Amino acid sequence: MGSMIGASVTRKEDPSLLTGRGSYVDDISPPGTVHMAFVRSPLAHAGIGNIDTKAALERTGVLGVWTAADLAGLPNSRSVPGMERPCLATGKVRFVGEPVAVVVASDRYLAADAAGDVDVDYEPLPACSTTDAALAPGAAPILDGLPGNVAMEQALAADDAEAELSAAAHRLQLQLVNQRCAPVPIEPTACLADWTARGLTLYLTTQAPHHMRNEIATMFGLPQQQVRLVAPDVGGGFGAKASFYPEFLLVSELSRRLGRPVKYIETRSENMMSMVHGRAQAQDIDVGFDDEGHIAALRVRITQDCGAWPDTTGVGLPMLTSFMSGGCYKIPKISPSFRSVVTNTTPVGSYRGAGRPEAAFLIERVMDRVADELGIDPLDVRRRNYIQPGEMPYATQFEGIVYDEANYPALLDRLLEKIDYQALRAEADRRRTDPNAKLLGIGFSTFVEMGGFGPTPLFEQFGFIGGWESANVRLNTDGSAVVSVGTSPHGQGHETAFSQVVSDVLSIPFDKITVLHGDTETVQEGVGTMGSRAMPVGGPAVFKAAGKVRDRAMRIAAHLLEADPDDLELVDGRFQVRGSPDSGIDLTEVAVKSLKPHLLPPDSDLGLADTAHHEPTNLSYPSGAHCCVVEVDRDTGRVDVVRYVAVDDCGKVINPLMARGQIHGGVAQGIAQALLEEVTYDEDGQLTTASVADYLVPSALDLPSYETDHQETLTSFNPLGAKGLGESGATAAPQAVVNAVVDALSHLGVRNIDMPCSPQRVWRAMRDAGSARPSEVST
Amino acid sequence: MRVTIEVNGRRTEEEVEDRTLLVHHLRDTLGLTATNIGCDTTSCGACTVLVDGESVKSCTVLAAQADGAAVTTVEGLAEGETLHPVQQAFQDHHGLQCGFCTPGMIMAAVSLLEANPRPTREDVRTGLEGNLCRCTGYHNIVDAVVAASGQEVPR
Repeated sequence: MGSMIGASVTRKEDPSLLTGRGSYVDDISPPGTVHMAFVRSPLAHAGIGNIDTKAALERTGVLGVWTAADLAGLPNSRSVPGMERPCLATGKVRFVGEPVAVVVASDRYLAADAAGDVDVDYEPLPACSTTDAALAPGAAPILDGLPGNVAMEQALAADDAEAELSAAAHRLQLQLVNQRCAPVPIEPTACLADWTARGLTLYLTTQAPHHMRNEIATMFGLPQQQVRLVAPDVGGGFGAKASFYPEFLLVSELSRRLGRPVKYIETRSENMMSMVHGRAQAQDIDVGFDDEGHIAALRVRITQDCGAWPDTTGVGLPMLTSFMSGGCYKIPKISPSFRSVVTNTTPVGSYRGAGRPEAAFLIERVMDRVADELGIDPLDVRRRNYIQPGEMPYATQFEGIVYDEANYPALLDRLLEKIDYQALRAEADRRRTDPNAKLLGIGFSTFVEMGGFGPTPLFEQFGFIGGWESANVRLNTDGSAVVSVGTSPHGQGHETAFSQVVSDVLSIPFDKITVLHGDTETVQEGVGTMGSRAMPVGGPAVFKAAGKVRDRAMRIAAHLLEADPDDLELVDGRFQVRGSPDSGIDLTEVAVKSLKPHLLPPDSDLGLADTAHHEPTNLSYPSGAHCCVVEVDRDTGRVDVVRYVAVDDCGKVINPLMARGQIHGGVAQGIAQALLEEVTYDEDGQLTTASVADYLVPSALDLPSYETDHQETLTSFNPLGAKGLGESGATAAPQAVVNAVVDALSHLGVRNIDMPCSPQRVWRAMRDAGSARPSEVST
Repeated sequence: MRVTIEVNGRRTEEEVEDRTLLVHHLRDTLGLTATNIGCDTTSCGACTVLVDGESVKSCTVLAAQADGAAVTTVEGLAEGETLHPVQQAFQDHHGLQCGFCTPGMIMAAVSLLEANPRPTREDVRTGLEGNLCRCTGYHNIVDAVVAASGQEVPR
């Protein structure tokens, strides 16, 4: 093995992206491409009356206008049985932005004009913009066929833990809200369909091209080979591009009908109402504990807002929250339950972390509240409850949820080596008495999350064919290699990371390796990139496929050298007999000879190529310890993160440079959730954050520099020892920040602040605590 | 109307609809697809280009307004195979992930360094405030811009 795994090599992906030679969907325009635009509902809930398309159709350059009635027979999107979404609103609209009609015109400006010409009569209905409204007695069911607005309801424990909670020395209730967030990949939804006599080519900005291929082929009754799905460069996804969107079906059908390539590029304003939102979860928590802070029992009742159409990626969110609600702590009794509620809002789906950040937030807020209640240090409460390294793998009370190798106490120790906790505490205390100083708060998050999705029995519940991943490695006769992978990156750097793995296994230069992905015509099979699965599931598939090629080459080399394969080693691109390096053969020469049957052992397959799948036997459980230090302005309530320190354990780090980048990006989204971002609706269900002018995506000025470090505790559940890390930052950061904000204000009596901790909310919390101003404290 | 724009050193002359945005002119008329569109409220900066040396959000400028001007997009930065120092620094410091904001971010950084050749980290954050990146959390972008200015980046 060489030394590429673990090296901070710069990315193969960058030169084309840096010079503008990347290729996103909108950069692709086959001859004759026409443009699709939507007529979207301005109301959250209404019956659809007459749709007048005459003016639109009369415009020169308009190729057609279609409503649901014109598209009868097109299948609905897959979802919970009975709740499948049609590609255009049928009879009723159920959220602001739901497409009602679709227009195709010769250019994008004309298409937008024509969409504006379509006149729709609506008969307004009462809208439920919150789960409270949807659950209120007398609220009419939003979806046909449902008796009420609860789409799914489940308890994950035999009882509600009341006995254990009652028996505990102390008991505490918390109500937490994990607010609705918008993923906002900088590239919105984009699709381009070209349906010819040979079949359909569909370019999508997606995280799961093979999955989308399968869905589209099923919907149109086409053989899968007649659907070529291409995910070219993808401008971010963050989970939201794992969903199937009705747009995909519509561009395809309209390309079929028109005999031309049809393109749809969503505007940002449309994206804010059309792409799935994330989080949107409320939690009622009851915790019982003893005098030392040992947690005895935890009850969590989750209300998940799933929006107007339950999304396949969204319905499982509260289940994942339930599984992870105990965090990295040994809690004798956990009793989670949830209900998923339909509302007149944008559907909710996966967003970076998808269900696990909600769990990490709740248990880490619980730890701080317990500490506060008992008057002990929050880190002491955590230490007293940690699952110990000797107890790994640790089977939780939930069937199939088994934490892999980790060392939670050591992560915290390593974090504390980087910060001077006592000095920070002293400084925070000092500032409380200095009326001219901003308040200082210190917050911790010691978390475990879930990565490496499947295995298949779990992942198929989200609609995927499996939870495995697939890779093919081919060694060319010039010594270069091609690696085809079923994962589908959208910024993660798979070309670089997988090349590093193959370089080590096959002992060939990094620069001679090409990674193919995102095209169902050139990549054999795949599931996709979500749930931090690329390295823990895709990585082992690459590793195994490369290993099979190496073994095959080794057998041929042994035959040519008249040696026993067991006596050979692969060193610097050359097979040689152990102990006598003069006797050997270059891998490239083996590749050439692998295509000459007369030189091969009898019954050998020709060439050096092989495919491997990796079906994980367990999920992975990345963990970490993060510390956030904030300053709070006493006059304005503005919170600034002045220091953010992250120690993560994602198992084997393949590329430290890219690993840091993943942590940075996730932490940024977590800080943004804590301080800035929230999708809001008014009581009529109007989206009041419908652009990035209103929805506060952070800029460089809003975020700090990050200090990062990794502790490598390899998981034994895959051959690379990698756990994944794409979602760790977003899972860790919100509660690190909120714990810090509450810490800064705790002397005023503040015990909780909902996210986002906006200046207004923080200022109000200080005011309501009765002693916001230092002058008031002293009088 | 007819617009004449020098784009990346080459004269272009095209007939466009009056309402054509500069970014659509670059992308759809001239086929220069590097410059991306990430929003419709002049918030994200993915479409940033230089117009007569000044950084401009090309989604908020009509092609007609650039008539007679010189426009530089990210396609015009590298000298053959050699990346511009800002491009090279973005690679060295992993200042990009999905790459969608990158062309605009790089043009904004080029403009920033033109105005302030030795910026502090805070200067960089302030100067790039109008460009949103959803992947990197900005830390590595700040590193890259500081490095591109020839200053040491603490690690």
